[in-house]
Amino acid sequence: MRHTITVLVENEFGVLTRVAGLFSARGYNIETLNVAPLQDSTVSRMTLVTRGDEHVIEQIKKQLNKLIPVIKVEDISHDVHLERGMLMVKVKACGDHCEALLDLVEQYDGEVLDDHIDSHMILEFTNKVDVLDAILDALTPFGMIETTRTGPLGMRRGVDGFTVD
Amino acid sequence: MKLSGAEILVECLKREGVDTIFGYPGGAVLQIYDAIFKQDHFKHYLVRHEQGALHAASGYARASGKCGVALVTSGPGATNAVTGLADALADSTPIVCFSGQVPSGLIGNDAFQEADVVGITRSATKHNFLVKHAEDLALVIRQAFHIATTGRPGPVLVDIPKDISINICEFEWPEAVNMRSYQPVTSGHPGQIKKAVRKMLTAQRPVIYSGGGIMNAAGSAALLRELSHTINAPVTNTLMGLGGIPYDDTHFLGMLGMHGTYEANMAVSHCDLLVAIGARFDDRVTGKIEAFAPDATIIHVDVDPSSISKNVHAHLPIVGDVKVVLTQLLEEIARKNGQPDEIALALWWEQITEWRAVDSLYFEQPQDGPIMPQSVIRKTHALTDGDAIVATDVGQHQMWTAQHYGFRKANRFLTSGGLGTMGYGLPAGVGAQIAMPNERVVVFTGDASIQMCIQELATLYQYKLPVVIIILNNAYMGMVRQWQEMFYESRYSHSYFDALPDFVKLAEAYGGVGMRVDQVSELDAILQAAFEVTGESFVLVDVAVSREENVYPMVPAGAALNEMVLS
Repeated sequence: MRHTITVLVENEFGVLTRVAGLFSARGYNIETLNVAPLQDSTVSRMTLVTRGDEHVIEQIKKQLNKLIPVIKVEDISHDVHLERGMLMVKVKACGDHCEALLDLVEQYDGEVLDDHIDSHMILEFTNKVDVLDAILDALTPFGMIETTRTGPLGMRRGVDGFTVD
Repeated sequence: MKLSGAEILVECLKREGVDTIFGYPGGAVLQIYDAIFKQDHFKHYLVRHEQGALHAASGYARASGKCGVALVTSGPGATNAVTGLADALADSTPIVCFSGQVPSGLIGNDAFQEADVVGITRSATKHNFLVKHAEDLALVIRQAFHIATTGRPGPVLVDIPKDISINICEFEWPEAVNMRSYQPVTSGHPGQIKKAVRKMLTAQRPVIYSGGGIMNAAGSAALLRELSHTINAPVTNTLMGLGGIPYDDTHFLGMLGMHGTYEANMAVSHCDLLVAIGARFDDRVTGKIEAFAPDATIIHVDVDPSSISKNVHAHLPIVGDVKVVLTQLLEEIARKNGQPDEIALALWWEQITEWRAVDSLYFEQPQDGPIMPQSVIRKTHALTDGDAIVATDVGQHQMWTAQHYGFRKANRFLTSGGLGTMGYGLPAGVGAQIAMPNERVVVFTGDASIQMCIQELATLYQYKLPVVIIILNNAYMGMVRQWQEMFYESRYSHSYFDALPDFVKLAEAYGGVGMRVDQVSELDAILQAAFEVTGESFVLVDVAVSREENVYPMVPAGAALNEMVLS
């Protein structure tokens, strides 16, 4: 089963390697991993997506907690939560299909970041993971030059925060 | 006060109360060695190989209960230390290891004697640090000792680039360590304690299974024994847990697992309550996991939450320091004025008596035949009153020591349990003898294992350490040969030594006393003579033992504990 785990870590040298190394050393898989410092730049927040049964996920949480620079770990999958990923796509000049393409961007709340109508465009979408998959499918006929996307960021709903204190 | 990085290191070690460090100099740590030369707060012991430094630090730590400290140079110095770090991690031994590193400006340039030591040791340590500024050094060292010695203990490495050891900065000693990301739990959850006591007092067939956690929680062995007698439950120890309860205690079943006793393995297989205390359900303990304690409710007390329900599901987990939790359990029993179910327990003990009668460690010593290795261990027990600090290497001799020595106290058996490191015994004996100068230290080893760190004989000689080394010499890698006999149709692929050195001459060449025994009739006299060598010399006794003797009982890998082969 797919699990989304959020982690607060000390924003220090080597912490990303410790987390990634833990997954490879213990044979856990890691689908996506996002990490960036928070406003309090001594702390970084990670969102990682992994798969495993309850036993494996329990071990992953414990092993993450065992890493010295890890401050807090939470599996948000069981709570009502939100996830959003971001996708950037460079598409070929669309000629006659330009209007259809722009409709698509609008339909998915996308943005045109760079517009070279004669050669290419760069589009940006922020959405749920499965919607981003659908967007890629929909864009395929237009001819994509390159794509890049983030893994999802996640946050529990409700008034409580996932913070250091 | 302005100090160089090297002086800060020395000052911090002094303030941490360090009296002993083990190390080997080299280019990247010359500044530190110079600072050590100028101080007299602690003594530095020169080993002959960095692996030896780490194992000596481990032996020192485990015999004394203090934190072991090692110092190695960059590159090969640090990579040689990796085995010792991994060993300490597997066996939860508190060690702080300082390694030199090339100057900061050269890091990443493939400089002379450069290795990515923080990268290499990341998975061989509890935590590691690369010091980037001399100003950070004191705090990093403070944190390193804190991490190594608290929670589940383990090795911590501090990598110090050469310029950091030279740079001068203001020295500030951090009075307290407070890490928001590292706060080990010490006391058990009161609700869980209550539930556990309820289970213990209603159990009909309880077994306590204790491990190395008892060694790491000073003073917990007496509490373990008290709990066992209070709830009238038998105790079995893991390899690392031997000495947790005296070998001759009425409630002791012996070691469990692959080479455990019949009574211990049968009791675990049939119990209705298994109380695991500071043990981690290693595969050498459980055998086939589905068949391990199949009818038991499992209570698991451990300071490391990740050990709980990792291999075997714990019905009642208690995270906490073993000593604190044992105290809580005993207090709760006393508060309830709790009594165990003695009627059911009488039947259980009757059953255990039957299993004990199998006498699974029985062996015969023919009067004119080859020397049985078990005899050597038992005679050594008698000569040392079961009270020596005993270090071993890895293999058959290690299992025979575990089965036959009979330990009276905790922290007396120093062995490589988790990693299974051949070469551990001799340097661990060095460290133990330095930690406990007034105690008798014995190293049991094999003809293969001793050669993995034999250079440390020079350390014994240099520091006049009167360690007694007993080689159970069967001219085989005995445990490898045993498996080849049992599972590979006796094809002894590369497990035979036909070029063994003369160990007696070797001992003499290293400045010690060497002795050899090959007749049963001489065994008593020579062992006695070995223990009577006075002065400050180490003694090495090379005992020619029965060549193809196997360690029994044995649970074949992957089999259930009750499917053990008795002989």
